[in-house]
Amino acid sequence: MSSLSIPHLLGLDGVPKQDLELILDSTDTFLEILDRPIKKVPTLQGKTVVNLFFENSTRTRISFELAERRLSADVVNFSASTSSVKKGETLLDTARNIEAMKVDIVVMRHAAAGSVKFLSERCTSRFLNAGDGAHEHPTQALLDMVTIRQKTGSLEGLNVCIIGDIAHSRVARSNIYGLLTMGANVAVCGPASMIPFDLERMGVRVFTNIDDALRFSDVVNVLRIQLERDAGADFPSMREYHNSFGITRRRLDALGKDMIVLHPGPINRGVEIESEVADGPYSVILPQVTNGVAIRMAVLYLIGTRAE
Amino acid sequence: MNILQNILDESGFDRMISRLAHEILERNQGVENLVVIGLRTRGEFVAQRLAAKLGQIEGGAPVQTGVLDVTLYRDDVRNHLKQPEVRATDITFDINDRHVILVDDVLFTGRTVRSALNALLDIGRSRTVQLVVLVDRGHREVPIRADFIGKNVTTSRGQEVRVRLREVDGIDAIDLVSTEA
Repeated sequence: MSSLSIPHLLGLDGVPKQDLELILDSTDTFLEILDRPIKKVPTLQGKTVVNLFFENSTRTRISFELAERRLSADVVNFSASTSSVKKGETLLDTARNIEAMKVDIVVMRHAAAGSVKFLSERCTSRFLNAGDGAHEHPTQALLDMVTIRQKTGSLEGLNVCIIGDIAHSRVARSNIYGLLTMGANVAVCGPASMIPFDLERMGVRVFTNIDDALRFSDVVNVLRIQLERDAGADFPSMREYHNSFGITRRRLDALGKDMIVLHPGPINRGVEIESEVADGPYSVILPQVTNGVAIRMAVLYLIGTRAE
Repeated sequence: MNILQNILDESGFDRMISRLAHEILERNQGVENLVVIGLRTRGEFVAQRLAAKLGQIEGGAPVQTGVLDVTLYRDDVRNHLKQPEVRATDITFDINDRHVILVDDVLFTGRTVRSALNALLDIGRSRTVQLVVLVDRGHREVPIRADFIGKNVTTSRGQEVRVRLREVDGIDAIDLVSTEA
């Protein structure tokens, strides 16, 4: 199979395993292009991509924009702070107006869960979700999965634990869906106030003790404590969070086993992860960033040239 | 799909590779600065055999070999006509100022080779690009020609040249087949 069964990438919930495998398998091709002197292929020549960001983002937007330009697409950037949203236009009107300018692919981030799906059902462009509220962030989960796979060869049967504020995390949610589909054993760990109540029903193990979680894990994905999202309400202090759930070199070395540490960035050094871990041998944080461009190229290619 | 004519069998295969290798050596006066790059999928294996043969004739190691995947450069992909599986290009050496022997199994419309030339230019500026094909079946749609040809075969549009290789298909054979039901 060489084509996706899905016309849009709205999330990883319900995406069949063959589609996930196709995306992950295609990534090597694009990584090779990123190593060339001329990091550009003509695949999306003549196609227009709009990056519709209603929420601030630096790295995801840059990563998408690089991926788009390296596939030779024409790129238009839109950010809410400088737009007509400020003048009271509805989401649907904004999208329809942009679409009337003949765009092919919309990469979208919005604070409201389900907003990307809402527009994809009412517009004719292809939609890629770059994060919708606390719902999903599928390309982040895909880049996490491809980074893990580069180290382990396979996701099947692997024990992966996501650590941090699970309840507010679209990265966690997309990772859980994708990893379960690929046959990994998924666990989460964090303060009880940050764990959603229905996770066990999805087949996810819940740890409240970090050392138990680390003993279980082959891979840990450490989430950022979102200081701006009044995280302070869910635990007493940064220092206490670090003491209870922070990933430290000492904790990892004490396990005496191979371990892979991921972090979606940006890092709060000394809060959820110690610098010695982030910059140390367990970390794959920078490969994640490189893979992010490649996996977004893969998704743009597969969605953007999908035979109709 | 029924076979109309067997163009080449197992024993003819090795002879064809040998002849092509000798022609390449004659034109380039040796293997110095030569690299062989095959087009996925079958060109990759023809390239490996050719590289081994070139090395063998010159009494040295096989010539450096790479694989080129041109999917991202194809004009039919951009127009939503088809979406083949995209695989990685694997060229681990510098092609700048080298003589590139570009290898494919069948030369037909020339569009694949057109894509390959664009792809090569993005990787580096080679001294020359020389095209080797096992079979030239005509029907060009763009002005491309091969430098070294295993065999010219006259075909009609409803026919196809099917190349089977040990590495992929378990057998070495080239057949003219009919694609009409």
